[in-house]
Amino acid sequence: MRDFAYHKPATIEAAAGLLATIEDARVLAGGMTLLPTMKQRLAAPEALVDLAALPLSGIAEADGVVTIGATARHADVAASPILARVLPGVAALAGGIGDPQVRHRGTIGGSVANNDPAADYPAALLALGAEVVTDRRAIVADDFFVGLFETALAPGEIVTAIRFPAVRRAAYAKFRSPASRYALAGVFVAALPAGVRVAVTGAGPSVFRLPAMEAALDKSFTPEAARAVAIDPAGLNSDIHADAAYRAHLVGVMAGRAVAAAIAFS
Amino acid sequence: MAEVVGIGAAPRRKEDFRFVTGRGNYVADIVRPGMAFGAFLRSVHAHAEIGAVDTAAAAAMPGVRAVFTGADMAADGVGGLPVGWGIVGRDGLPMKEPPHPALAVGKVRYVGDAVAFVVADTLEAARAAAEAIVVDYRPLPAVVDMAAALTPGSPLVFDDVPGNLCCDWELGDAIAVDKAFAKAAHVARLKLVNNRLIGNPMEPRAAIGEYNAGTGQYTLWTTSQFPHVVRLLMGEFVLHIPQHRLRVVAPDVGGGFGVKQFHYAEEAVVTWAAGKLACPVKWVCERSEGFISDAHGRDHVTEAALALDAEGRFLGMKVETLANMGGYLSTFGPNIPTNLYAPLLSGVYTTPAIHCSVKVVFTNTVPVDAYRGAGRPEATFVVERLVDVAAIEMGIDKAEIRRRNMIPAEAYPYQTPVLVEYDSGNPRACLDRVVELADVAGFPARREASAKAGKYRGLGFSTYVEACGLAPSRLAGQLGARGGLYESATVRVHPTGQVTVLIGTHNHGQGHETTFAQIVSDKLGVPFDQVDIVFGDTDKVQFGMGTYGSRSLVVGGAALSKASDKVILKARKIAAHLLEAAEQDVVFENGKASVAGTDRAKTFAEIAGAAYVPHNYPLETLEPGLEEQAYYDPVNFTYPGGAHVAEVEIDPETGVVTLAAYTAVDDVGTVINPMIVEGQIHGGIIQGVGQALFEHGVYDPDSGQLLSGSFMDYCMPRADDLPKMTTTTQSTQCAHTPMGVKGCGECGTIGSPAAVINAVVDALAPLGVKHVDMPASPGRIWHLMRNAGLAQAAE
Ligand SMILES: Cc1cc2nc3c(=O)[nH]c(=O)nc-3n(C[C@H](O)[C@H](O)[C@H](O)COP(=O)(O)OP(=O)(O)OC[C@H]3O[C@@H](n4cnc5c(N)ncnc54)[C@H](O)[C@@H]3O)c2cc1C
Repeated sequence: MRDFAYHKPATIEAAAGLLATIEDARVLAGGMTLLPTMKQRLAAPEALVDLAALPLSGIAEADGVVTIGATARHADVAASPILARVLPGVAALAGGIGDPQVRHRGTIGGSVANNDPAADYPAALLALGAEVVTDRRAIVADDFFVGLFETALAPGEIVTAIRFPAVRRAAYAKFRSPASRYALAGVFVAALPAGVRVAVTGAGPSVFRLPAMEAALDKSFTPEAARAVAIDPAGLNSDIHADAAYRAHLVGVMAGRAVAAAIAFS
Repeated sequence: MAEVVGIGAAPRRKEDFRFVTGRGNYVADIVRPGMAFGAFLRSVHAHAEIGAVDTAAAAAMPGVRAVFTGADMAADGVGGLPVGWGIVGRDGLPMKEPPHPALAVGKVRYVGDAVAFVVADTLEAARAAAEAIVVDYRPLPAVVDMAAALTPGSPLVFDDVPGNLCCDWELGDAIAVDKAFAKAAHVARLKLVNNRLIGNPMEPRAAIGEYNAGTGQYTLWTTSQFPHVVRLLMGEFVLHIPQHRLRVVAPDVGGGFGVKQFHYAEEAVVTWAAGKLACPVKWVCERSEGFISDAHGRDHVTEAALALDAEGRFLGMKVETLANMGGYLSTFGPNIPTNLYAPLLSGVYTTPAIHCSVKVVFTNTVPVDAYRGAGRPEATFVVERLVDVAAIEMGIDKAEIRRRNMIPAEAYPYQTPVLVEYDSGNPRACLDRVVELADVAGFPARREASAKAGKYRGLGFSTYVEACGLAPSRLAGQLGARGGLYESATVRVHPTGQVTVLIGTHNHGQGHETTFAQIVSDKLGVPFDQVDIVFGDTDKVQFGMGTYGSRSLVVGGAALSKASDKVILKARKIAAHLLEAAEQDVVFENGKASVAGTDRAKTFAEIAGAAYVPHNYPLETLEPGLEEQAYYDPVNFTYPGGAHVAEVEIDPETGVVTLAAYTAVDDVGTVINPMIVEGQIHGGIIQGVGQALFEHGVYDPDSGQLLSGSFMDYCMPRADDLPKMTTTTQSTQCAHTPMGVKGCGECGTIGSPAAVINAVVDALAPLGVKHVDMPASPGRIWHLMRNAGLAQAAE
């Protein structure tokens, strides 16, 4: 790891100020992704701006909208009684991220800002039509996840919260890579008032929706309906653990399991 | 424990207190005055010529003390890394043994090959400078696949090794095998891969070199399983430092599994650099650096055939193996797929004729050497898979075909057609016991229950024998070993009766400090907590070959037993004098020497006191002091064995294989500490399950990049991958070791891969699947199921 400066601002304004004035400053949240990259000398920021002192870790519900602060840890989301009541699918997703150490350090804001193609949260955001709230604006999930490790965030922009609709009929199922235990294929299914949305992570270069399956589930919200949709392997990832054909198959299997879990929640 | 703890007891491990309280002393913990830090620049190419290496910018960076290249070491007369075992090909010619410089010279031969070494005031400065070195690589086509490497026109790893063939080796009687096949009623055939493994001990490798300009003394602290051998190989062949001026210390070591039983380039480089710079130089391997610089294991491709008569009796076996050596020969590389492999192909069976040929091949990959089991898991996998294929094809029950061909207990000692003579064993007893313990009779009902839940279930057997307790030196010498393979122990009795043992083996997780103390406590009647075991320092311990090949208890323990007997002999002489009795009337028992039939006795501590304060002592006939040393060279290998049963469940939707149950019955000879034996068997099984289901070192065939170069892609077995295991021992005594012990360190790793894969194949047999290569990963299983389904649909 190369040397860097460390800042721990007390307000969002101060954090934004540091990010605006120091060239090559990076936000530090849980550090679960950023610190390993720095240790491997793949990233060498001038300065880290730690969000730990900012009041951004709360979880609240009002008028059918669930707000999760950007620095809420995966373990807090998993254990939240509010989420267990109004959005159990997201709590269950958080409880399945990484291992206990990672869940007690990693944050929802960090995961979303990082947009790892195999990360779990992006599937929840996209399927639920969530909004990413920053220090400047709110961005809908469909516009936020742009591509491989790429988001709509501008340089220095800080994610402050994620806003989800409160939906009980929504759940996630993932097939873990045997080695890393990230998603080889993860599917989040959400039955929203306006229709079913299905988002897939781990299988492609970035999280994406499955319109054909959404249409099928609109007609019949059953695991069988999900399984009956043919998934095209074209464009899906291939690596030593899973080729595109296997990933396409897993998307169908996980979609079926997610639907079953969503039915069980509702 | 302030009492005698003898053979067969299971005290808590002595060494664990310091480990679980964070008081271990590992190489990375050691800080020397004025110490500098080293970093290696490693090749990013699998195969390239090295043009100019521009070190000027790196050398000028702040804190940098020196930058060394292979050319610098060569100019200083540093030798190449030696090979400890030479094999001879079927043409009678010795193997090709190209030079292996500590830092690459002329070419790099694998991704990770060390090109330069930077020494700096801090680790960060060393790393930054290593990145600033500019190497003019001229990339060459690389070859990582063995069949491709042997094909004419393939890139050559060494220009003077045609066809990349290090050695074409064979064992056994080819004519007898041909005759057996000619009269066979059935021939079972199989092509299989023994997957490349990366050992990944918990503690990465590390080394510190130091030079004392005042005395001319060098010291190397290293994460080694055999410090004396490192001293010999490095001092004599690489750095030309006389043995009495070189001290090698291997302190606490956090797991070895074979990975740390080689003499590595880094050890020589830090020691040499310490001499050049007159300051201690420390290097600690990064985890990702370990993936591309620790020797790898296994990596065979094999075609095998078994000839049977109409009743399913084995008539002959033919095995042809390609074995990967990687980009250079590692210390024991060529010995593993030859001498430690082919002699085990008889397994526990009476197969009368066996022939094995092995092509030992260079490729542009990390060198391959011993990894827990080393050759014997590979042999067991071939035999036990073939037996299952034969059983299925001939419609014979899988336990029954094994029983029919097993060496009967009364046939021991049993001479196999492949060199070795098994001294003892009773494979049928192990098999019968495991069939009972694993409730094989209840399997159909469990399969039914799984089927109802939509899962496939399979059960697999593996019966095995291994050769360990390395090794009888004379025989090893005939097979190409370039050193002896005995072990030594000194029993130093202190004036007050406590005991320090100095032993040439090395404890890095096996519990030697406990097991060896039990042996001494048992023999001398000294309380368990008054016996300490010292190892791992060439300045303290006389000499030793170290720990590998399940040899420590078998060979080291035997030396310790002999040395203890010598102490008793002398103690009896001293006691006879003190008790004014004839020596033959003195019996030594329970820590006391007494005159037979009387209550006159001297305690061990009293005898030790007299030996060191010899006022009343037979000085005319006996030297003072009570310290004895013994070297023990075994007369044969030992042959632990056993029978394992694995049960798996497969999710047809995803291809995930779940190990549902595992049962092992092992014959390890006398058990000194049952808890430690159980731990060794458990750990071994888990490593074998790792090979069968999870682990795979994968190279990109074109670029030669290691695709499984971190834990993100190299899958280690985890606790939640494993069921509760049932393990027990069913032992026969070794006929030739002093305590009847056979060794247990590798049993689990040798027995388990075949059991697991046989179970996976059994589960998928209804689909028509005949073989599954390791690791049986979900993706691989899903494709097999899909192809089988497509094939069935096409019929
Ligand atoms: C062993 C291991 C296993 C894991 N397994 C999984 C898994 O199964 N599923 C999964 O989804 N993830 C997994 N992760 C990733 C984990 O969830 C991380 O916590 C997450 O990806 C990043 O969150 P963080 O809070 O640690 O962010 P950091 O590492 O601190 O930051 C990550 C990136 O996001 C930026 N950033 C952080 N917070 C903000 C913010 N509020 N606004 C703007 N930018 C920000 C940082 O600058 C940095 O670029 C795993 C990680 C590890 C180490």
